Amino acid sequence: MKPRQRRLALIGTGLLAFGLAALLVLNALRSNLVFFFSPSQVRANEAPHSGAFRIGGLIEAGSVTRASDGLTVHFVVTDLAKSVSVNYRGLLPDLFREGKGVVVAGQLRADGTFEATQVLAKHDENYMPPEAADALEKARQAHTAPTLEAGQ
Amino acid sequence: MIPEIGVFSLVVALLIALVQGSLPLAGAHLGITSWIRVARPAALGLFAFAMLAFGCLAWSFLDNDFSVLYVASNSHAELPAAYRFAAVWGGHEGSMLLWLCLLSAWTVAVALFSRQLPEAYVARVLAVMGWLSVGFLLFLLFLSNPFTRLMPPALQGRDLNPLLQDPGMVVHPPVLYMGYVGFSVAFAFAIAALLSGELNAAWARWSRPWTVAAWMFLTLGILMGSAWAYYVLGWGGWWFWYPVENASFMPWLVGTALIHSLAVTEQRGAFRSWTVLLAICTFSLSLLGTFLVRSGVLTSVHAFATDPRRGIFILAFLAIVIGGSLVLFAWRAPRVGLGGTFGVVSRESMLLTNNVLLIVAAGSVLLGTLYPLFLDALDLGKISVGPPYFDSVFVPLMTPALFLMGIGPLARWKVADLTELMRRLKWAFGVSLLTALILPLIVGSWKPLVSFGLALALWILTSTGVNLWQRLAGQASPLRRRLANQPRGYYGMLIAHCGIAVFIIGVTLVKGYETERDVRMAIGDSVTVGGYEFRFNGAENVTGPNYRAARGNVAVSRNRSVVRTLHPEKRVYNAQQMAMTEAAISTGLFGDLYVSLGEPVADGAWSVRIYHKPFVVWIWGGCLIMALGGFVALTDRRYRRAAERSADKVVMAGKAAV
Repeated sequence: MKPRQRRLALIGTGLLAFGLAALLVLNALRSNLVFFFSPSQVRANEAPHSGAFRIGGLIEAGSVTRASDGLTVHFVVTDLAKSVSVNYRGLLPDLFREGKGVVVAGQLRADGTFEATQVLAKHDENYMPPEAADALEKARQAHTAPTLEAGQ
Repeated sequence: MIPEIGVFSLVVALLIALVQGSLPLAGAHLGITSWIRVARPAALGLFAFAMLAFGCLAWSFLDNDFSVLYVASNSHAELPAAYRFAAVWGGHEGSMLLWLCLLSAWTVAVALFSRQLPEAYVARVLAVMGWLSVGFLLFLLFLSNPFTRLMPPALQGRDLNPLLQDPGMVVHPPVLYMGYVGFSVAFAFAIAALLSGELNAAWARWSRPWTVAAWMFLTLGILMGSAWAYYVLGWGGWWFWYPVENASFMPWLVGTALIHSLAVTEQRGAFRSWTVLLAICTFSLSLLGTFLVRSGVLTSVHAFATDPRRGIFILAFLAIVIGGSLVLFAWRAPRVGLGGTFGVVSRESMLLTNNVLLIVAAGSVLLGTLYPLFLDALDLGKISVGPPYFDSVFVPLMTPALFLMGIGPLARWKVADLTELMRRLKWAFGVSLLTALILPLIVGSWKPLVSFGLALALWILTSTGVNLWQRLAGQASPLRRRLANQPRGYYGMLIAHCGIAVFIIGVTLVKGYETERDVRMAIGDSVTVGGYEFRFNGAENVTGPNYRAARGNVAVSRNRSVVRTLHPEKRVYNAQQMAMTEAAISTGLFGDLYVSLGEPVADGAWSVRIYHKPFVVWIWGGCLIMALGGFVALTDRRYRRAAERSADKVVMAGKAAV
């Protein structure tokens, strides 16, 4: 092979390898994206019925109950407009507290409750997870719109 | 009074930095010696005033001066003195000040330890670092002043986040920053080379020790962060692919590529443009990492205040540094030249492959870290990228890189013979493969991924052994002499590669054999995890210096005899009434036992989390060995000898100039 041909072959292999790597990476990224939905969106059927996603908002005061096994916890996540009830089995993070912000990862069950695999609470007392704050803000805007929905 | 002195010294430092950035640069360009000579004293002055500002802030903390806003929001009179000192970098403003101090410290180090380099070259390097200081000083003075007064003064501080009240916190940020900031030296060397248009093997030799030093600190910093998450935060894992972790990992990956590329440039003169580009990328990612973590964009323990003006400044600063240096690169790189040629199978080509793989890996981490931020900024929805993404990208990318680690160091420069390499490595290959297949069977259950990981680790270890043995063989002198004759840089490489192998063993065995259980335990209950029996003997109330806690008592036994008693705690800190879990961890060479308290359930029963993590310390041990390799490479005589040689040249050149 002439030097020029060899160089072309080298560049060609390089590009091919790079394309392959890019394909691999993008494919992996697409299949591992976890989307975020607010309780209002979940209630409006915008969230997927299969597959994992995250929800966030406030832990409704007085909603946390513990099953007799001491590990399964039930609580309600609300954006002050709509709410979703959540089941979680395991230990909760230190900053999990009623009335505080929370982000929960998991999936929706057929009966409309959310089966959590992971509960995230921020490390700072006064801090609200941005996702949760965003959900509250959206719900507030929708709520203060002229047509107030009754009963919610 | 003290805080005002702090502000004043920052202002003086800014003025000095402006001089340091402009005069020597102009002097080097125009050939005015007196202007060039300004660089070193300016670097010393900048360092002195940056340290004075740091001292003022530290004094305000130790003195409990709650009239300073930053002190009031990050400290408390009850806080032990050591933590009050560490609280200096416990928040956004202070950590930026720490960045500046370390930058000026590295600048002084360059000024002091580069007497042998051409004066004009050093002047350019120091000037580039001066401009970086200007950027940080402007940020500190106008947007994130740590000395801002609070009127009226607070009676009591808001306390340091309890999570940060740990010896690890005292050292983790400075060491990590030493790494980040250290890459500014490699960056400044690269920019100076582009400016002067002289980029040769000598440039690579000067640049190498600084890059290795920064890489060593970054490795240690990441190691501490990981260990901190495991031991202090009690997250029970060692790496989560969180954006903050990724922010420190990206410069590490590109910095590792840079070290290897510099080796080629020094030894063979090849890869010149590529090396310069890598130096720019490494530091750009360090800057990006600092700002990503500290700007409040990311949801994490590290994110502090959010102020839109800060965000704009940071974006502009990043755009100037990254954009400016890339434009300079595009303009001047053709003058730098590509360097020597090499064959398809050669040490150069293998190192190039390693570089490409590391860069692609860093790129995929960058994509996974920034993609959610972009979508959010464009209001296209909130998403997060899960750890499975990183796992599925990393394993296929790193496997060929790790395999090449065995071959590359044995291959010849320029053109290597593939059949000869195969002959030399066949035993290493066979032995590592066979051992990896059989070993998991002896330990416990056979799992394909465990064998795969072990095979890679053993391959690196055995081929490194073959490398050393073949290098020493065939010489007449006694073994001790032969060992002593090898350069330190060579040993550094071997040690760092072994560190990678130890790291892989740790990762493989933890992933393959760890057990995690969340259980409800009444007093007297016991549960078996990983071959150990854990018996819960209840919890009692205890009082610490600034917290109250419930302290559990868990007896661990193996084969019916108690081997250890663990005391996990659930603390509530007085100042902020913040709850914190203090896990009890018993560390061993072959595995960790990990117990943490969840919540009291009823009648003295608690929900308890119990982990068994086999070989988890090997992960950090591997990182430590890698850093040790870097340290050994730093002591190589070559850097000093090269220094002496070029010192003569400079003296001669200096005489000619006079």
